[in-house]
Amino acid sequence: MAEIIVVTSGKGGVGKTTTSASIATGLAQRGKRVAVVDFDVGLRNLDLIMGCERRVVYDFVNVIQGECTLKQALIKDKRHENLFILAASQTRDKDALTVEGVEKVLNELKNDFDYVVCDSPAGIERGAHLAMYFADRAIVVVNPEVSSVRDSDRVLGIMASKSRRAEQGSEGISEHLLVTRYSPKRVAEGDMLSIADIEEILGLPILGIIPESELVLQSSNAGVPVILDDKAPAGQAYADAVARLLGEERPMRFVEIEKQGLIKRLFGG
Amino acid sequence: MGLMDLFRKRKPASAAVAKERLLILVAQERAQRGGPDYLPVMQREILEVIRKYVQINNEDVQVRLDKDGDQDVLELNVVLPESGTER
Repeated sequence: MAEIIVVTSGKGGVGKTTTSASIATGLAQRGKRVAVVDFDVGLRNLDLIMGCERRVVYDFVNVIQGECTLKQALIKDKRHENLFILAASQTRDKDALTVEGVEKVLNELKNDFDYVVCDSPAGIERGAHLAMYFADRAIVVVNPEVSSVRDSDRVLGIMASKSRRAEQGSEGISEHLLVTRYSPKRVAEGDMLSIADIEEILGLPILGIIPESELVLQSSNAGVPVILDDKAPAGQAYADAVARLLGEERPMRFVEIEKQGLIKRLFGG
Repeated sequence: MGLMDLFRKRKPASAAVAKERLLILVAQERAQRGGPDYLPVMQREILEVIRKYVQINNEDVQVRLDKDGDQDVLELNVVLPESGTER
């Protein structure tokens, strides 16, 4: 039976879609059958980050409304044949996603895949609620910054009371934090919350620490999930997070200040 | 670090301030969570009733819901201003 993973955060712009794309790609690299679903109706973007924006024919809402089959709407990733993308609709109708519709699509996906990754929109409105509602596991993306940490806690609270698992009184969603845009240098200077601080405030285990990196923007520009750049620290950090998700133990990397060699310091990195 | 930084006075680390603020805020917000949805509205209405008689601020009324065994205890704490400020 497939596991449904929601990637959420509350606050916008912290790296949910980047994370969804890289985690889904990483799981596919490890041989899992993966579907990644964009829940941001009206503001579709996962297709861009995955680099398949020109191949979107049908979307999530088309499937819910019976205008096409799920098979027709799933876009096969160009690099991994076991990875599929379901794009969000660009409709402005906020009510296009329904609980019944989402449940039907997710149930169908669960039959065909090992993992269904749900990319949540920002906020705590309908799309965000539906993305988390059926989840078995949650990756809460957080930046080491006050508003992001606060919003994460809010989202965790909503998940604890408003998810289906909570409503059924079954075992809760298993929750992890993924810290993005982490800068060990700024932490050392005392101007950024440290990993220990975030763990203490939110009281949750850390799945991964993604260092602040220019390469993340480059990857988005190119439509190639950053995890595919195995030279980039951010890519390696996502690969570690995927390994941990699969139950492997990996030491946390990129939490110390990178020591620069003399040449790099002279000529710039 | 530039040479001038050596002469500049070191500010207190802002991350420590952020952590302190977040710890307090998160604890506060978690305490309100889990309570019934009507709690904030009820708190506001109680405040309005009291304000008919004495001038108090929002933070002078604390509403807390505690569990005592299988009983829910609603605790209402109102700080009245010193005498002489009644309407």
